[in-house]
Amino acid sequence: MNPVDKRRREFLGSAAAFAGAMIAPGVFLYDYANAGVSDGASRPRGPAEPASASVRWGMLIDTTKCASGCRECVDACNRENGLPGTTRSTDSQWIRKVDLKDLRTGKALSVPVMCQHCAEPPCVDVCPTGASFKRADGIVLVDRHTCIGCRYCMMACPYKARSFVHEPTTGQKPDVPRGKGCVESCTLCVHKVDRGGTPSCVEACAAAGHGAILFGDLNDPQSEIAKRIREVATAQLRADLRTDNGVRYQGISG
Amino acid sequence: MKAAGLVRGALVAALLLAGSAAGLAALAAGPSLDPARAGPCVEDPKVMRRSHMDFLKHDRDDTVRRGIRGVKHSLSACVDCHANKADGRVLGSDRHFCQGCHAFAAVKLDCFDCHASTARIAPAATAAASLPGAAR
Ligand code: SF4
Repeated sequence: MNPVDKRRREFLGSAAAFAGAMIAPGVFLYDYANAGVSDGASRPRGPAEPASASVRWGMLIDTTKCASGCRECVDACNRENGLPGTTRSTDSQWIRKVDLKDLRTGKALSVPVMCQHCAEPPCVDVCPTGASFKRADGIVLVDRHTCIGCRYCMMACPYKARSFVHEPTTGQKPDVPRGKGCVESCTLCVHKVDRGGTPSCVEACAAAGHGAILFGDLNDPQSEIAKRIREVATAQLRADLRTDNGVRYQGISG
Repeated sequence: MKAAGLVRGALVAALLLAGSAAGLAALAAGPSLDPARAGPCVEDPKVMRRSHMDFLKHDRDDTVRRGIRGVKHSLSACVDCHANKADGRVLGSDRHFCQGCHAFAAVKLDCFDCHASTARIAPAATAAASLPGAAR
């Protein structure tokens, strides 16, 4: 073996030793790097455990299954979150059904649009008080305790997903406080997700026989949603803005 | 001059004392409230009276920001136990727990501008055993 090879071997040997360095007995550096992906999602979170960054909640909406004229998800959202469900221009709407038609081909689509739970949320960037925030698991929320109702976030949101509460509220749900003077939007039913549940729109859509919305952990390669987005072409709305949305749509570009 | 001033001072003091005796008695008795649905509390009532707002403020951040649902001091849990036995609410009159005490202490109460003031468990199911805290 010539001297160069020898030095190379020694160098590679020490590099390998570094990469596999033990941090604590039995725990290796690469274990830490992979920890989130390998087991974070499959295990339900305990009530005292904070939301984990190893999870990223998201939804996949199959536009080919979503029926025009159906409002099951919207109604379920209103019921779950104690929204009045009225649609004057100033009323809160957490999900909107949007009907689209390509005039050249005549292809029509009907899709629910809600907070897209961006990885890079503009509403969080602009909020002057820190009330608009992204949780570790990717859910974008308003902390109403800190919101001053300035509505910058409503201006910043490319999806018009946020609403301002103009009038005193009644009939709030214990898990969904809401009140006049604050901005609000889809929470991905965070109170249910925290207890291992699924957003109400997803359940309602499935119960109505459409099954157009799939909810799950985008970070867990074994999850149904991760498998689907690996296999079929899906799109994020206004992907050009690079907000990296947690809500994706299938069949939207055809 | 000096003596006259003293006498006047003593008179005022005596009047004040007599006048406030009734008020003091009422103060000592505290607000009169309708029976609540369950007990005992998660902390000593003396501590709660003074510090419940701080506990709530501390734990709300854990829930809202970090998603921890099992906090010790949760407003919904307060409402579940302290709700009026008859209608399951903590607001409505000065005999309801939150409103009554806040009216007594003359402190503005704005939690319920946003939060639900009705217990999560329907009034019919007031079996004390089914409420958290009742077991201890
Ligand atoms: S309305 Fe509230 S959440 Fe939105 S930017 Fe203003 S303070 Fe932040």
